[in-house]
Amino acid sequence: MITMAKAITAGLRRSLEKDSRVLLMGEDIGKLGGVFRVTEGLQADFGEDRVIDMPLAESGILGTAIGLALRGYRPVCEIQFDGFVYPAFDQITSQLAKMHSRSLGKVKLPVVVRIPYGGGIGAVEHHSESNEAYFAHTAGLRVVTCSDPEDGYWMIQQAIESDDPVIFFEPKRRYWDKAEINTEVSSIDLHQSKVRREGTDLTLITYGPSVRTTLEAARVAQTEGRNLEVIDLRSLSPIDIDPVISSVKKTGRAVIVHEASTFLGLGAEVAAQLTEQCFYSLEAPILRVGGYNVPYPPARIEDHYLPDVDRILDAVDRAFEF
Amino acid sequence: MAQERLVQLLTPEGERVEDPQYSIDISTEELKALYRDLVMVRRFDNEATALQRQGQLGLWAPSLGQEAAQVGSGRALELGDYAFPTYREHGVAWCKGVDPVQLLGMFRGVNHGGWDPNENNFQLYTIVIGAQALHATGYAMGLMHDKSDRAVVAYFGDGATSQGDVNEAFVFASAFVAPIVFFCQNNQWAISEPIERQSHAPLYRRASGFGFPGIRVDGNDVLAVLAVTREALARARRGEGPTFIEAFTYRMGAHTTSDDPSRYRLAKDLEVWKLKDPIERVKVHLSRTGQADGAFFAEVDAQADEMAAALRTKIIEMPDPDPDEMFAHVYAEHHEPLERERADFKNYLASFVEPS
Repeated sequence: MITMAKAITAGLRRSLEKDSRVLLMGEDIGKLGGVFRVTEGLQADFGEDRVIDMPLAESGILGTAIGLALRGYRPVCEIQFDGFVYPAFDQITSQLAKMHSRSLGKVKLPVVVRIPYGGGIGAVEHHSESNEAYFAHTAGLRVVTCSDPEDGYWMIQQAIESDDPVIFFEPKRRYWDKAEINTEVSSIDLHQSKVRREGTDLTLITYGPSVRTTLEAARVAQTEGRNLEVIDLRSLSPIDIDPVISSVKKTGRAVIVHEASTFLGLGAEVAAQLTEQCFYSLEAPILRVGGYNVPYPPARIEDHYLPDVDRILDAVDRAFEF
Repeated sequence: MAQERLVQLLTPEGERVEDPQYSIDISTEELKALYRDLVMVRRFDNEATALQRQGQLGLWAPSLGQEAAQVGSGRALELGDYAFPTYREHGVAWCKGVDPVQLLGMFRGVNHGGWDPNENNFQLYTIVIGAQALHATGYAMGLMHDKSDRAVVAYFGDGATSQGDVNEAFVFASAFVAPIVFFCQNNQWAISEPIERQSHAPLYRRASGFGFPGIRVDGNDVLAVLAVTREALARARRGEGPTFIEAFTYRMGAHTTSDDPSRYRLAKDLEVWKLKDPIERVKVHLSRTGQADGAFFAEVDAQADEMAAALRTKIIEMPDPDPDEMFAHVYAEHHEPLERERADFKNYLASFVEPS
């Protein structure tokens, strides 16, 4: 059994071993091992030149990572918390995302940006955000999120091997979830969605920290006689929509769950695509469960903001009322 | 305020002068080559402005007046050294061997750059102010990692010194002792904002706060710029870290062809700076010292005209890209939704074809 945090550590370790061009860059990632200890022990084993403590400036970390990538390196940047990525927004969206197209394909920037994201850990302001939609909205970036140890282990390696920039979201409240993992062979590509639970009555579509919550909701629904399918998107750009379409054509109902506010969130895009592709199979409107359109609330009331089993089941009930 | 030190080796009147710290030993042939560069770069720049006025370019950012800063620093770079430009470093591009036609694609609107930065070690133009200073610093860190003896020059202007990215680049380069030269062309104006709006202190003095030397050089003196940049690059190669060079110059033209400097600055200021023209002083020096004659100057002018005429032809003939091109290079690897969009777009265009 291994935690998701340590599975990502193991994946990073393997990438560092396989390819000498891989560098880790971030704040407090060296001796401290990162505030979530995801890079623990890596500087001791790979040296200060490959696991680099950077000055405390996010734009600087991303901007120099771009320069290192231009020189042939494959930098993996750690942003300490979701809400701290914004100083690097220009470097990610205007510089990193566009260099390949601006150079008409002559420059590749294989940079990975790791962002611990999402709430549920009782944190102070700016430490609980789900800002994946900003990046998924930017052409030229790939955006993925793991939700369990096995995906953490493999997806980080696959992201590092990608020749495109990848924003790698790590659901921080799942860092301590434990599972057995297969380190021999990866069963699935970076950008494939995965059916986490098969069902016939309704499709729950989710990703990242909400996968576990959604699976719990499906188990509860089973006791009420409803057999729900759960799909983990895993990749937010590109979205592997075909398996989702197949599922919704089968079930006729869909509820999308994520922590980010539903307004212009990933769920809006998925709902639009499903409406276009599954119109004649739908028995009910596609519903969304997510954060409200407010700044992430203080920790003592965050449970009201985060989609939980009850809110998911409430949406499921509404979907069956049509 | 005391007179700020300004490194100068060739006065506006074309006289060679000594500097206590910097010197340059230059042959007649080298000096004539620099003169040729300066004339060619100005001719190219003027032709591009004319092409914009005639509707062949959507926009142009003239380098008029900054030729010595760009040619002096550009010629200090060795072949393997890497330059990170803004969008106005036409003279540096010239020195690095970039085909001038390639610089015009983005201003014509057929691409967003498109050249291979690794072909001439000249990165794509960067429009977001100062962002490239960090790329340059990262590249310099990569050189250190490779144990390379090459160095990097990051170009930016006086306005960019207010940007966070430029200040972060100073911090990172200093902390990692990176082999980089920060080359700031202080052309006195950030569009309509004078240098006083960016800085109360002379820019070159900022470097000391970051822990590396700063020097102000006469940016219209190609010899002084060459000498100062060479020394800064040598320092970088020796592993002593960054240098900040403030090339004190003047933007003699508009910010871009969309700008109207008459709204914010005095015509008489331009007259003062015209007396400090970077090309005229080299010409006067070459003539007075008998190193070049009228035939030489006429030959250089003819070569410049020939280059400009060829450029004009190539620009006018430059085709628009196939609209499908916008999908072509978004990602290095396959991206299924994008490919589907691309196919939809193709089918949509095909739907306009009349059945035969």
